[in-house]
Amino acid sequence: MTRRAVARTFVYLSLVLAVVVVLLPLGVIVLTSLKSEQEMADDSGALSLPGDLLNLHNYVTAFQDGEMLAAFANTAFILLFAVAGTVLIGSMTAYAIDRFTFRFRKLVIALFLVATLVPGVTTQVATFQIVNSFGMFDTLWAPIALYMGTDIVSIYIFLQFVRSIPVSLDESARLDGANAFTIYRKIIFPLLRPAIATVVIVKGITVYNDFYIPFLYMPSEDLGVISTSLFRFKGPFAAHWETISAGAVLVILPTLAAFLSLQRFIYNGFMKGATR
Amino acid sequence: MAGRRAARRKEPPPAPVTPGPPAPPRRAHLWRGVTPWLFLAAPLALLLTFTYAPIVNMVAYSFTDWDGVSPELHYTGAGNYTELLTRPELFEVFFVSGYYLAASVLQIVAALYFATILSFNVRFRNFFKGVLFFPYLINGVAIGFVFLYFFQDGGTLDSVLSVFGVHTDHAWLGTPTSANISLAGVSVWRYTGLNFVLFLGAIQSIPGELYEAAELDGANRWHQFRYIIAPGIKPVLSLTVILSISGSLSVFEIPYIMTGGATGTETFVIQTVKLAFQFNKTGLASAAAVVLLLIVLAATWVQRRLVPDDRVDLV
Repeated sequence: MTRRAVARTFVYLSLVLAVVVVLLPLGVIVLTSLKSEQEMADDSGALSLPGDLLNLHNYVTAFQDGEMLAAFANTAFILLFAVAGTVLIGSMTAYAIDRFTFRFRKLVIALFLVATLVPGVTTQVATFQIVNSFGMFDTLWAPIALYMGTDIVSIYIFLQFVRSIPVSLDESARLDGANAFTIYRKIIFPLLRPAIATVVIVKGITVYNDFYIPFLYMPSEDLGVISTSLFRFKGPFAAHWETISAGAVLVILPTLAAFLSLQRFIYNGFMKGATR
Repeated sequence: MAGRRAARRKEPPPAPVTPGPPAPPRRAHLWRGVTPWLFLAAPLALLLTFTYAPIVNMVAYSFTDWDGVSPELHYTGAGNYTELLTRPELFEVFFVSGYYLAASVLQIVAALYFATILSFNVRFRNFFKGVLFFPYLINGVAIGFVFLYFFQDGGTLDSVLSVFGVHTDHAWLGTPTSANISLAGVSVWRYTGLNFVLFLGAIQSIPGELYEAAELDGANRWHQFRYIIAPGIKPVLSLTVILSISGSLSVFEIPYIMTGGATGTETFVIQTVKLAFQFNKTGLASAAAVVLLLIVLAATWVQRRLVPDDRVDLV
């Protein structure tokens, strides 16, 4: 047995161990979500298999009593507006900064840059007062405005792409009589498609998973998004792990589906986006 | 940020700038001066309203005793800051960050290890990549519940241990030390994938010929890591360190969902949220937030000094 073979074995062992560490907690939750109340009570341990692998009873309970339908609807609404707004705002900012020279351009850039250094959680106490003064507190618009207003990462991604679009395209359109808005709408925006895909994915996942902002700004029960609705399971279902597990699986499934179908874009998006 | 620069390298080089059209007439010139501001109006308004106005207000609140609701507020000078620094229970939350800082070290080492081995030829590479990264994409509340069950009496962890013949009736979330270690472990589980993907991206932007040349010179894997990979990803590494520091200071979700800050797991942000929104001490909470902001900015500044190459190229 050569040293190389030993090293290879070690590499694969470590990888398998990592897979177990990642998948075991999730797998057990899936098992638990399929168990009946009696099976949970008979204390056979977390690793025992459920009697009926197709027992979807807990999912029905979680979906109905947890008001997951409303939660998914609210989340979808926020997602739609926040992501569309982020795309528009990010691309406009990038276009203005990259294609124009104007007074205070450096200052504007500095304002966006410095904002990346301020972690959102630290300023929430004061942001709350501002959102409140606009009368947006406890409406779906509070998170939408906050997600749109503070996303410097997407501006950055758009800037990278706008820069790669040759200026000669703009110039020839301008010679043909197009103004800045036409150029933005007809040339820049369509050519930004890969950047838009990246931003939609990164932003979409962030918004779908966010807990902090909806939790602070939308306390009403009927305004629950999926994370806050799932959080509320803690009360009524406190010891009913089979129902809580089903709720958690319901929330994770869309993420899993998106991940499996968009893998490549997701990796790329996070490499470009997450390093803020 | 080097990740970005690395990613940029793959894009086609910018086309040479063609000489612009002849100088436009005066009116058009004026119009052109206004145009960028039309594009920037909405973004700037949002940026100022939701980022800069709160910072200014927060600093102002931090010198008052405001409760967040009543129209009345009194200027108290540095009172809130002295209270923060002198009441030990308000300061103790910083020690909790220590657990998360220690966890970040583990997280970075693990991410670096897996990124290195998976950037070479390994069977089922994409499967391993996907599994390692996936936790980062999962909803935080769902993760909180998954691990509440994991650490439960007779939950996942106890069951796994009993398979190996270890029977404990240890309450994992029962004492401050063990609870914090458990929660920090959840952090490692959740965030290693992100660091892993960032490292992987940086490693892949290193030209492959370098390894081949090194191999011809008789370098083994460790040498390749030490002399090619490590220097190649230094900017991303330093960025990860800074993200870990500010992340460790602003932990909120997992402990809030899992323990609500009980048994000594309260973090700085949980405390601030409680001060502001449960006890209506907006003034004190603002002072706390200002302190946190200053620490994060200081850490960022130190990192920028240490790795001056890591310049932000937004311009």
